[in-house]
Amino acid sequence: MGNRTFIFVLLLITWVVLSGQFDAFHLALGLISCALVTWMSSDLLFRNRQDSIWERVHEGWKLAWYFLWMLGQIFLANIAILKLSLSPNAMEQVNPSIVHFKTKLKSDFAKFLLANSITLTPGTVTIKIKGADFYVHAINEAAAAGLDGEMERRIARIYRSEARAPEDGSQRKGGS
Amino acid sequence: MLKGRRRNFEDMIIINTISIILILTGLLFFFGSVVGVLRFPDFYTRMHAAGKGDTLSSLLVIMGFAVYHLGQIHWMDFVWADLLVVIKLLAICAFIMLTSPTATHALMDAGYEDGIEPLTHKKGNALREPKVKGRG
Amino acid sequence: MGHSGKEAAEMNAFFVWAGIALLLMMVPVFYRMNIGPTAIDRIVAVNVIGTKTAVLLVFIGTIFPGGRIEMFVDFALAYGLLNFIGSLAAARFFHRSKALGGEIDVEGEAEEF
Repeated sequence: MGNRTFIFVLLLITWVVLSGQFDAFHLALGLISCALVTWMSSDLLFRNRQDSIWERVHEGWKLAWYFLWMLGQIFLANIAILKLSLSPNAMEQVNPSIVHFKTKLKSDFAKFLLANSITLTPGTVTIKIKGADFYVHAINEAAAAGLDGEMERRIARIYRSEARAPEDGSQRKGGS
Repeated sequence: MLKGRRRNFEDMIIINTISIILILTGLLFFFGSVVGVLRFPDFYTRMHAAGKGDTLSSLLVIMGFAVYHLGQIHWMDFVWADLLVVIKLLAICAFIMLTSPTATHALMDAGYEDGIEPLTHKKGNALREPKVKGRG
Repeated sequence: MGHSGKEAAEMNAFFVWAGIALLLMMVPVFYRMNIGPTAIDRIVAVNVIGTKTAVLLVFIGTIFPGGRIEMFVDFALAYGLLNFIGSLAAARFFHRSKALGGEIDVEGEAEEF
């Protein structure tokens, strides 16, 4: 029940922001449609429905801090791209390889977060996710060495459901 | 009621400067991304430039506009529509930050599945020409 | 939202020139879209241009006389959404039809699948 209320409030905020009308007619329309959507599809947003609202809020708070750290990483990645694309001998610095590793994250959202984070950090882009297997394209050796599972541990720390944070990071295997 | 507080000149200058800096930084990163998309040797490396540069430059430029429009709000005769513009701009930011890497990943995955071979170094320092073949 | 005073005019001029710079920087991406050796290179270029068009809509809305920014922000939001869906659909469609990696290789012979 708590989750349904949470989703309803979330949808209602979205409605109010996007419509920008505050008269009774539009608000009533919003209430009706948000209730309808919540009733029909409330089980789509969250996978495990046991958690309480406060845990959700707590996770959201930790997620916000994670995004702040992420923003710094995106800056570093863009500075690296800018340097690489403007350097006259860019082709000598490019030495791509495909790195394969297994993740210990279980939920889909955590994997999605890890894939997007890998894409946005310096020199690496996720190519493929197959179950627990990640295939990552690294632009040179330094970027490939940077995939030491540190990000994975950060993500695992956000979610209580990711039972145990990987202790030694992910074991990397050779390129494809 | 102080009329002067409505358009505090110093505050406007600071806010506009922040906005200009954000937009110019965004344009700079987009420039790097464009040069990367033009210069990099194969599809995967071009995707590096396109995915990252696109995300951050859009983020910074729209953030700059959010700051600018926040400065344009008249707090004395406040209407919600002005604040909603800022909230919507921030929503575009969040949306881009979520979807742009996802689109990058989807395109990467599609290209990899279709058998575009990533180029790698040979023994020497010369780059192998990207060879493309269907994998099935 | 009154655009009055000298600094507002200066900000408007800055937005005009920044928008023009953004537009000019989209031209090389168009070039990549034209020459892109594989189909997916072109999709990537279209994706980049689409994102930047959403940003450009915010530029246009800000310098639009009469202050219709709230309208253009909605446009930008919808455009960004459609761009995301569109690039996903293009990737999926071309993947289905196995035409993604097709290119004329360096010797000038079309490769067969």
